[in-house]
Amino acid sequence: MTTEAPVRVEDKLYQNRYLVDVGNAHIKVKPHTKPSPELLALLKICPAHCYELNSNGQVEVTPDGCVECGTCRVLAEGGGDIEWSYPRGGYGVLFKFG
Amino acid sequence: MIEERFDAIVVGAGMAGNAAALTMAKRGMKVLQIERGEYPGSKNVQGAILYADMLEKLVPDFREDAPLERHLVEQRFWMMDGKSHTGLHHRSEDFNEEKPNRYTIIRAQFDKWLSSKAQEAGAIVLCETTVKELVQDAYGKVIGVITDRDGGQVHADVVVLAEGVNGLLGTKAALRERPTPENVALAVKEMHFLPRETIETRFNLKGDEGVVIEAAGTISAGMTGMGFIYTNKESISIGIGCLVSDFQKTGETPYGLLERFKKHPSVAPLIEGSEVKEYAGHLIPEGGYKAIPQLYGDGWVVVGDAAQLNNAMHREGSNLAMTSGRIAGEAIFQVKSRKDPMTKENLALYKKMLDDSFVIKDLKKYKDMPALLHIQSQNFFLTYPQLVNKALQNFVRVDGTPKIEKEKTTIKSFVSARSWGGLFGDAFRLARAWR
Ligand SMILES: Cc1cc2nc3c(=O)[nH]c(=O)nc-3n(C[C@H](O)[C@H](O)[C@H](O)COP(=O)(O)OP(=O)(O)OC[C@H]3O[C@@H](n4cnc5c(N)ncnc54)[C@H](O)[C@@H]3O)c2cc1C
Ligand code: SF4
Repeated sequence: MTTEAPVRVEDKLYQNRYLVDVGNAHIKVKPHTKPSPELLALLKICPAHCYELNSNGQVEVTPDGCVECGTCRVLAEGGGDIEWSYPRGGYGVLFKFG
Repeated sequence: MIEERFDAIVVGAGMAGNAAALTMAKRGMKVLQIERGEYPGSKNVQGAILYADMLEKLVPDFREDAPLERHLVEQRFWMMDGKSHTGLHHRSEDFNEEKPNRYTIIRAQFDKWLSSKAQEAGAIVLCETTVKELVQDAYGKVIGVITDRDGGQVHADVVVLAEGVNGLLGTKAALRERPTPENVALAVKEMHFLPRETIETRFNLKGDEGVVIEAAGTISAGMTGMGFIYTNKESISIGIGCLVSDFQKTGETPYGLLERFKKHPSVAPLIEGSEVKEYAGHLIPEGGYKAIPQLYGDGWVVVGDAAQLNNAMHREGSNLAMTSGRIAGEAIFQVKSRKDPMTKENLALYKKMLDDSFVIKDLKKYKDMPALLHIQSQNFFLTYPQLVNKALQNFVRVDGTPKIEKEKTTIKSFVSARSWGGLFGDAFRLARAWR
């Protein structure tokens, strides 16, 4: 259905304020060889495009730009694909408007 | 960490938490409120329409100093296809009343303000602190919380869970389930800045008047969802949200959807030349009445989005959050005044009071709607919008075709898309779910 040029969400996240808790990722993907359908769905559904496929075909997460919506938790925490929590108090996205 | 013991701990300083903290502090209770954001509101996202009545019950003179954007004088409902929209617009001078009924707000500012009211009433608000777990005694009664601060355990007679739609603590303590993909929508939203005058000209407004547009149709690519455009003083909030389960099925990206919505010929001129200053994403509880979890237990109650108290049909959430927070605060105060313990039995009063309020009555009215929209999403969000727009274009375009033939074409297009049985069935199901 989509024929237009892909949208670069990175440009959108650039507008946001973040306090990144370096070295303390609040979301982790469980090591896997072949990604589950839920993990694969995250490549597209995460509104901050935090999930990407690495060169070995596994799903990786870089939650620096995470807007803390919880969508990936709803989809993939139950099946044990990911570990999800909020960043430490004060860290993460800081909405100016919300 | 704070050593003392509190009458109540409120987790979260959003709409629900602030209402609960304010209600209890005003009555002299010793309240600790914990918020993980830098300040109340820094983690919160909303469209955002504020309903005055529910706020008035908490802060009667809120109009004096609350950060309000515009009072709404016009509501537009749009049914969209790829190039057109068919709309129902309601505008009334009555909305320019002395005490307007609805306003647009900016959550980061509004939550900070509402929290200041709770603090003035005596609540202690601890920001930049994430509650990691609930503390339960040997019998499972909630007796406090553990935060991510050093020695971060605090105790209280009762914990009000106002933690929002994700509701991590409640799930961790097995008080309720994690939300399911069918019961939550993912919404993305941008803030577009424009000079005041430009907004006023484009939307036909004067002074602090405002307009909101709710849009459904092919913009959600057959998924159950809606777009919105809300006018603020110097900015326009624009966003779109669809069920997580639908996103999962279609493989659409939320930002792709938002870009398409922004580029739609009916939308693009409204935001043209704007400067985008923020991009946000958030979940909205959409499961309605049937998704409401257990609302109270030994030493705890749950309020707002964490309790799925959200009316997706009317796009109301913050007012249900505020009201449930206030009612929880009042119920807790009643139990405390009687010097009764905060047991499950006694806290059932909260549920009883909530059942008697518009919150549960409204959600009950639409209890079948979420399932219907979910099963019929293709028809309601793709087929019908296309048909309606085609029908209206056919009606308006003057091209020498006899009107009787035009009418036949329109009817034929509906019947061939949905069949008579399908059309009547849809109308019947919709009417029944609406009742
Ligand atoms: C895009 C969008 C548009 C909307 N539009 C409207 C609208 O126009 N009108 C309307 O009435 N409603 C609207 N809603 C719904 C409305 O935003 C919610 O119903 C409302 O915010 C719920 O309030 P709450 O207090 O329950 O949760 P929230 O406002 O989400 O507050 C929860 C708070 O708890 C904090 N928290 C969570 N976990 C922890 C923890 N472990 N430790 C410490 N703090 C924690 C969070 O940081 C947050 O501040 C919209 C929602 C969205 C997403
Ligand atoms: S919480 Fe939301 S923004 Fe963050 S990684 Fe998960 S899906 Fe992406």
